Amino acid sequence: MKSPSTFTVYRWELRKLRAQKRTYLGIGAAILVPMAFTIAVALRPGEPRDVPFGRYIHQTGLAIPLVMLLFGSIWFFPLITALVAGDIVANEDQNGTMKTILTRSVERTQVFFGKVLAAFTYAFIAVVISAGFALVAGLFVSGYNPLTSLSGQVVSANEGLSLVGASVAVYMIPILAIASIALMLSTVTRNSAAAVVGTLMFSLILQLVVIIPGLGGLKPYLLSTQFNAWQGLLRTPIDWDPIIRAAWVSSAYAIPALLIALVVFLRRDVTGG
Amino acid sequence: MTSGPPVEVRGLTKQYGDITAVDGVDLTVEAGDVFGYLGPNGAGKTTSMRMMLGLIRPTAGEVKLFGKDPQESISALTGVAGFVEAPRFYPYLDAKTNLELLAALDGDGANGRIPEVLDIVELTDRAKDKVGGYSHGMRQRLGIAASLLRKPKLLMLDEPATGLDPAGMRDMRLLIKRLASEGITVLLSSHLLAEVEDVCDRVAIIRKGKIAYQGQLSQLRKEAGLSYSLRTTDDTAARKVLDSFTAVTDVAASDDGTLRFHPADESAVAQLSGQLTAAGAMIIELAPRSATLEELFFELTEGES
Repeated sequence: MKSPSTFTVYRWELRKLRAQKRTYLGIGAAILVPMAFTIAVALRPGEPRDVPFGRYIHQTGLAIPLVMLLFGSIWFFPLITALVAGDIVANEDQNGTMKTILTRSVERTQVFFGKVLAAFTYAFIAVVISAGFALVAGLFVSGYNPLTSLSGQVVSANEGLSLVGASVAVYMIPILAIASIALMLSTVTRNSAAAVVGTLMFSLILQLVVIIPGLGGLKPYLLSTQFNAWQGLLRTPIDWDPIIRAAWVSSAYAIPALLIALVVFLRRDVTGG
Repeated sequence: MTSGPPVEVRGLTKQYGDITAVDGVDLTVEAGDVFGYLGPNGAGKTTSMRMMLGLIRPTAGEVKLFGKDPQESISALTGVAGFVEAPRFYPYLDAKTNLELLAALDGDGANGRIPEVLDIVELTDRAKDKVGGYSHGMRQRLGIAASLLRKPKLLMLDEPATGLDPAGMRDMRLLIKRLASEGITVLLSSHLLAEVEDVCDRVAIIRKGKIAYQGQLSQLRKEAGLSYSLRTTDDTAARKVLDSFTAVTDVAASDDGTLRFHPADESAVAQLSGQLTAAGAMIIELAPRSATLEELFFELTEGES
């Protein structure tokens, strides 16, 4: 008998996501927020000069998605990510369908990793859509013009576009760590709302830690800090240190979270439904 | 499929803190059985069945389905299907898509059986409706359809008739009988005695987490003993005779004055008829009666530990 693969579980997890309203709520927000941000930029004469690339938002549309990445790291992207990752396991508990899928011919590990991959895929798509809409809206408002890097060098629009794409890719590193934490909370709490709110609170608390006297030294090791790692790409020469640090620091958050979630998922008693 | 009976449970125990939900259950379901797993609500039926399906880890003991342990590998569920408590589906998907999803998780060409199983449970016309709008009975039927996708050799159904109207219960019984006649071994849990009495040939009765009886239904009736009912022209005199006659036990009177008792043997009944006549209690009716399963059930599940 040919057993189903983890890819089969993953494909059906995506199919389920496509049928759920919360998926579209997240994607809708991923589209509307950058649009609203760009409209605000277009209507306001000034610019947010205290954030990187803030001063260039009226000069080139390429700066808009970069500023969006900065502002979005506080709560917007963690929320969109947690909206699905925090629900993807707990939803089975709340529907009572955990017993339904765990009495078929797939191992629990396959179900778990199918869900992990689906949550990661959704987070990736949501961030790319959001950055994409910010870029298109930015180009419409401020034009396709050269971008000034953080080192003060002007790079061509084409090179700037590549750097925006690469920045989004680096941004995915902490996003996937956030998705892993949401997944862990979803598995442990068996409650979607608790997992989504818990993930958001975790994300916000990390950002507050650095303002506590004496804890400033923790900043390089906080997940929230890794949301700025992409800025290394926009220096001349490229500063790889924050990107490498983002990779291992984010892994240090993501891997234990996923391991805890996996162990809980494998050992749990399915008593509901 | 490996050798071994469809279900073999040994010393199965589940504890939640100080509470022992299932306490050393031994159970064997042989191939071809339509096996009733009886017990009042909270006796431990569903917890046992969840352990049998690998959903709950036993505190002690083991489960073997066709010789394989569902805790070790999902392959133990090959040829096994069913549901515990009410079958649950994704309410935002239609019935056909729910079955397609489950068929994908089954593999083995299950997808091709969807039209057939929908037809068996008579849901073909509602296959494109979202399950969120289904009635309880329709979900129960969809649960059977989802089970049949796996071409089961063992079907484990937990209270399949619960919540159904009388017609739905009858249809469910007929469906189970039909599936059993096709050679599927059925383990059917219930607290509805009529359901089991009509469908099952072997039973286990669970009480407070422990098996109180296991065997043939006919043997259970025999073990419980044959009782007699008695009506006479003088109930008071008849009662006095019965109470003083050592060859009868369990004397009880029903509301209409009919007396019931268990005789030691048939000769005791003959002696009793003579004594009744001598006491002036003329016999109107003295008839043997089989104990109903309901009486046996209450006897086994409501007595003291």
